[in-house]
Amino acid sequence: MTDFAFHSDQSAWCPGCGNFDIAVTLAAVLGELRLTPERVLLVGGIGQAAKLNQYIDANGYSGLHGRALPAAVAAKMANEALTVIVDTGDGDSYGEGGNHFLHNIRRNVDITHFAHDNQIYGLTKGQTSPTSDPCGQGRGGACNLGKPFNPLLVALAAGATFVARTISGNREHMAGVMKAAILHNGYALVDILQPCVSFNKVNTFAYYKEHTYALEADYDAAHLETALLRSLEYGPKIPIGIFYQVERPTYHQQRPGLYDGTPMIDKPVSLPEVEALLARFA
Amino acid sequence: MGYTQRMEGGVPLINLCIGGAAGEGIETMAGILEKALQRSGYFVFSMRDFMSRIRGGHNFAQIRFGSEPVAAHVDALDILVAYDERTYAEHQSRLKADGLLLCDPGLGLSDARLLPIPIRSLAKESGNARTVGVVCVGALLKLMSLPLANAEAALRETLAPGILEMNLTALHKGYESSAEMRRLPPPTASGRLLMTGAEAMAMGALAGGLRFYSAYPMSPATSLLTFFTAQSEPLRLMVEQAEDEIAAINMALGASYAGARAMVGTSGGGFSLMVEGLGLAGIAELPIVIADVQRPGPATGLPTRTEQSDLLFACFASQGEFPRIVIAVRDHADAFYQTARAFQLAWKYQMPVLLLSDEYLADSAATIAPPDVEKAAHSVAPLPREADPPGVYRRYALTDSGISPLRVPGKSDGLVRADSDEHAEEGTITESAQVRVQMVDKRARKLEGLKAELYEPEYTGVTRPRVLLVGFGSTSAAITEAVSILNSHGLSVGALLFGDVYPLPRKRLEAFWQQADAVYSVEQNATAQLAKLIRMETGLGCTDSLLKYSGRQLSVDEIVSGLEAFGIGREVPV
Repeated sequence: MTDFAFHSDQSAWCPGCGNFDIAVTLAAVLGELRLTPERVLLVGGIGQAAKLNQYIDANGYSGLHGRALPAAVAAKMANEALTVIVDTGDGDSYGEGGNHFLHNIRRNVDITHFAHDNQIYGLTKGQTSPTSDPCGQGRGGACNLGKPFNPLLVALAAGATFVARTISGNREHMAGVMKAAILHNGYALVDILQPCVSFNKVNTFAYYKEHTYALEADYDAAHLETALLRSLEYGPKIPIGIFYQVERPTYHQQRPGLYDGTPMIDKPVSLPEVEALLARFA
Repeated sequence: MGYTQRMEGGVPLINLCIGGAAGEGIETMAGILEKALQRSGYFVFSMRDFMSRIRGGHNFAQIRFGSEPVAAHVDALDILVAYDERTYAEHQSRLKADGLLLCDPGLGLSDARLLPIPIRSLAKESGNARTVGVVCVGALLKLMSLPLANAEAALRETLAPGILEMNLTALHKGYESSAEMRRLPPPTASGRLLMTGAEAMAMGALAGGLRFYSAYPMSPATSLLTFFTAQSEPLRLMVEQAEDEIAAINMALGASYAGARAMVGTSGGGFSLMVEGLGLAGIAELPIVIADVQRPGPATGLPTRTEQSDLLFACFASQGEFPRIVIAVRDHADAFYQTARAFQLAWKYQMPVLLLSDEYLADSAATIAPPDVEKAAHSVAPLPREADPPGVYRRYALTDSGISPLRVPGKSDGLVRADSDEHAEEGTITESAQVRVQMVDKRARKLEGLKAELYEPEYTGVTRPRVLLVGFGSTSAAITEAVSILNSHGLSVGALLFGDVYPLPRKRLEAFWQQADAVYSVEQNATAQLAKLIRMETGLGCTDSLLKYSGRQLSVDEIVSGLEAFGIGREVPV
């Protein structure tokens, strides 16, 4: 099989949902990277975004809400030949899964995390997300009384090696960032701003188009301090692009004795090895 | 028993207790002594009673050893080694009238059983006050008329070269300071292995094909994590210390999906956090082995103590309905074989298998016959090879057995899906009423095959017992010994000891129940959970239950006296 077909007809998404654009773009990017569906694993938690793995021809794991990352990194440990990509929502990534988000940045397993960030809980009909905009200025309903969670700032502070933002609705930009993220050696976070056409009447396609701008052509993504400062820029003007990208030994690279290119599932423990270990108790 | 008999005929079993404050090296000393006794060819059962602290307090090790098989502890002591007054105060009432109290004269104790040995000054003379434990080992070996060689070898194997010499000196000084006062019969247990319950479980996991282990440190399950971490590089094991138990189980499930035999280990509190993952394993049919090394709960409870109070929780944890297997490991050898079998059952039936151990079993050590690794690795008949259903691969294909073809992503022509939503055969979300019913039934059908290969409870006792005991897990060895004592008192007693506990095997239970006049459950919990499970599954109600929930394990003596208190000798004249 060579085609990462996207079965949009099967989707449970609302007409006009930002998830369509993400799925179409991802399917195209996977093909352009000349990957094969049998070697790609798409992982999701629970929610509308998390259903993406159900609609694209690839291996798919739909686990628990908030728990996509632990399953994804372990699958990559078991079989390093798999390209592992997490597609799941903002509530899943930053709310229910917040602890795993932090700790998998620390692990730096070579996986890609596309957080579909529509700043609202869509499937449960419009509750506040960790990334919902602040309340006030006419905003009712889903808004943060406190300070919204800034996933880029947190990822940078926690030591992520690839941190980016893109928007659904700009396929070219999204494709470029997605490609770089998948090719990045280590944990790559891409926060994808997307409208929720049913429940978020503020952060629409038009809103994102008007309020976002691409990081400058000469922006240097190798500087943490710059990236931290630019990640704080969130309001009337929202930068998109790759904020930060550096090489740091991945989880696998730090254990060369175990991860040597041959998938771990192909290196079982033999019974004579078990017997030899037992002999130590004599 | 007079002095002559103790020396000439030999006592078959000696029960020894060593106590002191945390940080005084009780663990090290007990370890050297156990090793010396094992290598001398004796049966050993050794337990620890440690407080949840690093320094101070009161810790003790209790070692029972001799020429007869031993797998449980008794209360009455033959020898007490007291490092401090508190040890004497806490344990002297258990020391037999003809027992020996070994301690430093500096403690100033006055007791007819006293055997004063200047262990503190001998340790200092050896070069370091901290060798006091090794001085005691030397003194004890002499006291039991055993040679020093095995203890010397054990020291050489465990100690760094820099401190070895002073410890060998300490061993000899202790030996010379003592006298031969007891003699064991000739050794009868050569060639056995000495393992803790945790080590036996870990080795069983390796025999079962373990590849991935994830856990968050939690007493008393941490020893599994420590063991696997040490073996990670040599045996190519994936071992991950997760950020929490939720991550631990979801990692293990991701690894299982990707083709690795995966296991998590925790205690009740961590298992509570894992419960949603347990349900995921159930509906997504992801094989996994979950070890719950129980401690008294709820919440933090008693972290370093023991209990069997997670039985019903393990059987019924999670929302929704799905098949699972719960196995309570009974002793050290059983921990090895049942853990290996747990992997085979989990992967054959594609369902979660829960192993119930507890602090008592995990932390205690016993001599066992070297396990048959080959046998353990093939203790479950492989799945009959069904032809894959035609067409594209369907992860959840409906089959007669309920077991669908399990493939590994990246290793298969087909695409492999796992889904926590109710799903169609292809693994995609469905809300179809018809498919929902088909899938619930398919998963439940797996139990039919499983029930045919459940292990019936082991029986011990007279052929047609008037009094039937039921127990499960780590109390089994003590119950076995208690039954033997009660029968030697002229009673008619037998016990059914459950390993596979849920689904509850009922054939042997129902057969014995019909013959018995009274049935008592013996359990390490406050609410008679096994008795409840039996009543729920069979409608049979126990006469009464002998329960202990102080965090300390029932001894053989307590089971005997507890049952006698029920009046079984009077109620059921033989």
